[in-house]
Amino acid sequence: MVEVAFFAGAIGALGGAIAVIGLRNPFYSVLALIVHLISLAGLFLLLHAEFLAAAQIVVYAGAVMVLYLFVAAYVGNIDEPLWEPIPGQRLIAPLLALALFVELSIAILGTALKTFDSEGPIIQDGFGSPEAIGELLLEDFLIAFEAASLLLLLAAVGAVVLAGRRRDDEPGDGPEPEAGPEPKVGTRVGVGEPAGGIDDTPGRREGI
Amino acid sequence: MDTSWYLVLSALLFSTGAIGVLIRRSPLVILLCLELMLNSANLAFLAFARSLGDQDGQIMALIVMVVAACEVVVGLGLIVAMYRRRLPLDVDEARGLRG
Repeated sequence: MVEVAFFAGAIGALGGAIAVIGLRNPFYSVLALIVHLISLAGLFLLLHAEFLAAAQIVVYAGAVMVLYLFVAAYVGNIDEPLWEPIPGQRLIAPLLALALFVELSIAILGTALKTFDSEGPIIQDGFGSPEAIGELLLEDFLIAFEAASLLLLLAAVGAVVLAGRRRDDEPGDGPEPEAGPEPKVGTRVGVGEPAGGIDDTPGRREGI
Repeated sequence: MDTSWYLVLSALLFSTGAIGVLIRRSPLVILLCLELMLNSANLAFLAFARSLGDQDGQIMALIVMVVAACEVVVGLGLIVAMYRRRLPLDVDEARGLRG
């Protein structure tokens, strides 16, 4: 029974992964990645990682993939040109990945660790449950937890700075009167930022 | 199932993601392939956690998920900024770093 579940999850995960790199349309690639993530969540359940499986489905297959879908729909279908900057890239890349896989397999199968040939020790009840993970996260790994929260905050601020609409983004708009954003700048000065903010330095407008 | 099955599957998924990163041009698909590689690492972490009977590996996998979410947010922000500025969405075209 466990074997059937494992192979079903493995086939789903591998098929999803191959579909991600094989499909031409990025929108379908995102959908294939959702299949991959849900299959992987099934494998997480087999490994007694209940909380991680739930987080995988809710956070990853749910929230993050919706973000991907929005951007894929916004950007539209990107035509990948057929010319190759490096000659033979499409032939060399799979060979390189095959070499990587063979190397990893040798490392896995040739190891002297005895635990690989068994399912693992008998585990107590509540292994990987939300209670256990929360207790570990808030007691033993508090610094990692705080660093993760700081990182999330930085990423949110960075996304707003990167993708936020600027006044000179649309070429058709022409020079805009200063009336619109001016009050905002005024309120921001009160908070303590330098007048005008970072975005108004001329160097930043040139593009990435 | 033996732990080595999970580890071989993880290696296979990692190699698949590596192929994708190497042959695709669109930055969106390259981000998707990075997700594949991060998730295969997560699978290996969880397999080791099960094999050793220790839950610390699951914490590591959780932190990897947080980092992946941050990477996605910044990467997608870059893609949207490139699209707004009419830059070509092709990683071979966008190779100049000019601030």
